[in-house]
Amino acid sequence: MSAIAVHELTRTFDDFVAVDSATFDVARGEIFGFLGPNGAGKTTTIRMLCGLLRPTSGHAQVAGFHVARDAAALRARIGYMSQSFSLYPDLTADENIQLFAGLYDVTGARFAQRREWVLGMAGLRGFERHVTGTLPLGFKQRLALGCAVLHEPLILFLDEPTSGVDPVARRGFWDLIHDLAQAGTTVLVSTHYMEEAEYCNRLILMNRGRIIAAGAPQTLRSAMTEAIIEVITDDAPRAVEALTRAGGVIEASMYGRAVHVVVADAGAQAVTMVRETLVAAGRSVESITQVTPSLEHVFVSTVRSEGGAVAG
Amino acid sequence: MSAVSVQGLSRSFAGTVAVDSLTFDVERGQLFGIVGPDGAGKTTTLRMLAGVLPPTAGDAVLLGVSVAREPERVKPHIAYMSQRFGLYQDLTVRENILFYADLYDVPRGELPARMERLYRFSRLGDFEDRLAGRLSGGMKQKLSLSCALIHQPAVLLLDEPTFGVDPISRRDLWLILHQMVADGMTVIVTTSYMDEAERCDVVAMLHEGRLLGLDSPRVIQDHIEGSLFAVRGPDPRALRDLLRHTSGVRHATLFGDVVHAVTGTDITAVSLERMLIDGGASVDDVTSARPSLEDAFIEFVHAPS
Repeated sequence: MSAIAVHELTRTFDDFVAVDSATFDVARGEIFGFLGPNGAGKTTTIRMLCGLLRPTSGHAQVAGFHVARDAAALRARIGYMSQSFSLYPDLTADENIQLFAGLYDVTGARFAQRREWVLGMAGLRGFERHVTGTLPLGFKQRLALGCAVLHEPLILFLDEPTSGVDPVARRGFWDLIHDLAQAGTTVLVSTHYMEEAEYCNRLILMNRGRIIAAGAPQTLRSAMTEAIIEVITDDAPRAVEALTRAGGVIEASMYGRAVHVVVADAGAQAVTMVRETLVAAGRSVESITQVTPSLEHVFVSTVRSEGGAVAG
Repeated sequence: MSAVSVQGLSRSFAGTVAVDSLTFDVERGQLFGIVGPDGAGKTTTLRMLAGVLPPTAGDAVLLGVSVAREPERVKPHIAYMSQRFGLYQDLTVRENILFYADLYDVPRGELPARMERLYRFSRLGDFEDRLAGRLSGGMKQKLSLSCALIHQPAVLLLDEPTFGVDPISRRDLWLILHQMVADGMTVIVTTSYMDEAERCDVVAMLHEGRLLGLDSPRVIQDHIEGSLFAVRGPDPRALRDLLRHTSGVRHATLFGDVVHAVTGTDITAVSLERMLIDGGASVDDVTSARPSLEDAFIEFVHAPS
């Protein structure tokens, strides 16, 4: 059975349709990402899934609870962690754990056992009495995660959990998330950052309230019909100028010393066309290769083909 | 001649070393990235280059002027966009730009042409009468950048300009930066995102105040000694755990359903697949992948210094 089943979920604010008939399923133990520009409807969708906001129409079941009918019961089974940590910086690590235990009614033997688990998982043994604000960022982050899952929620929601963290700490953090998912926690991740999206099993891409793409990161990349061609020339700005005017080129932009050219159709003739355009403009071509689109390419290309992001 | 020349630049706060003897040069017209996690010393470095924080030791020379000795003489030639760049929330887009133009004595006659150009890049022209406080995060950043550019500085210093900005606006910002660089401006930008750093001409990787590596992203990526493989199978987590215990494998990381493994040069896709199968794993495929700047950063952090 799905951990989350969403059917034509819609939310309007006056005339504004914030979420428009979203339909998707998330399996138990899956790490599921929400991507989209500001105003795409990610937060509104997640607030409905957490039972914080009533849908205007459609329905959603989360961990067996109906989001509109069983909102209070549902909220007790959800854990939440964001980049702007929910921890109290002037309390000690242990005091933060006690505070969350109190909030979620984790008491007695269960508390002792969960506290041990958090301290072990976060690598905080020996630091229990340290003031949270003075802990290194990686520790704070693991402590925040521990507090968010202290009550063993069925669903864990992460809002840009690792932005600003160094790559070594980030990988360590995602190892913990994969362990939680393996143990059966369903994880929802909302993010702007493709580096975080890469860790998800599946993603949905939202724009203007609608789901415009869904699938595993790899599937989304291979489904892209546009191709990205990377060229290195003697003069990148002039190469961009020449390519921007060429037919079949959707966009040309600088990427370090290289130029990334987005063309409508993949294939050998695209590479030939780019090369000929450059030669005709008097550029000398050092190298020209078709590159695997990044998730950012997929994102930008899909949003563009769906009429662009909301301005303002 | 270098636009910026940094020699042994250091800064301590109450005995804590935030920036530890950095030495690097930035050429004129270069897009130079300072990349590293929070706390690496990126902002402190940038504040010293901007002449707003005196170095504890060392110096930086911008366009021939020493920031340690003559910080005030540096300021007219640079623009510094900090993370809390001062936009007036209750002024319109246009009024904010005009305010900065006056501050920097931009000749009135040149204003229309400069504003028109900035509007073209930023696509803010349609919103010129909107209050800054009512713009989205991405538009605010584009307005801050426009204000910083109105006096046409020779050197532009940007502190995490894309923090919290969505990918579409983020991309617009980078397009503007590339255009400025093409016009000859020197741009130094900090970011904690490795995928963004790949857009720079040269990247300085900072970790705990020290310079880990300095080169073009391409050279840094190729610098990884060994190979990166993408490994797929029905149980990715078991594959990751097995890879971590396989000799010759330095790191294994799970990305969704794919495991990335960094190995020594003696391992091939075929030999890695064989080792995994001999270890009892079931494997769908092993393919060679291009290391990212993030992979390189991790290698540098782990490298014995």
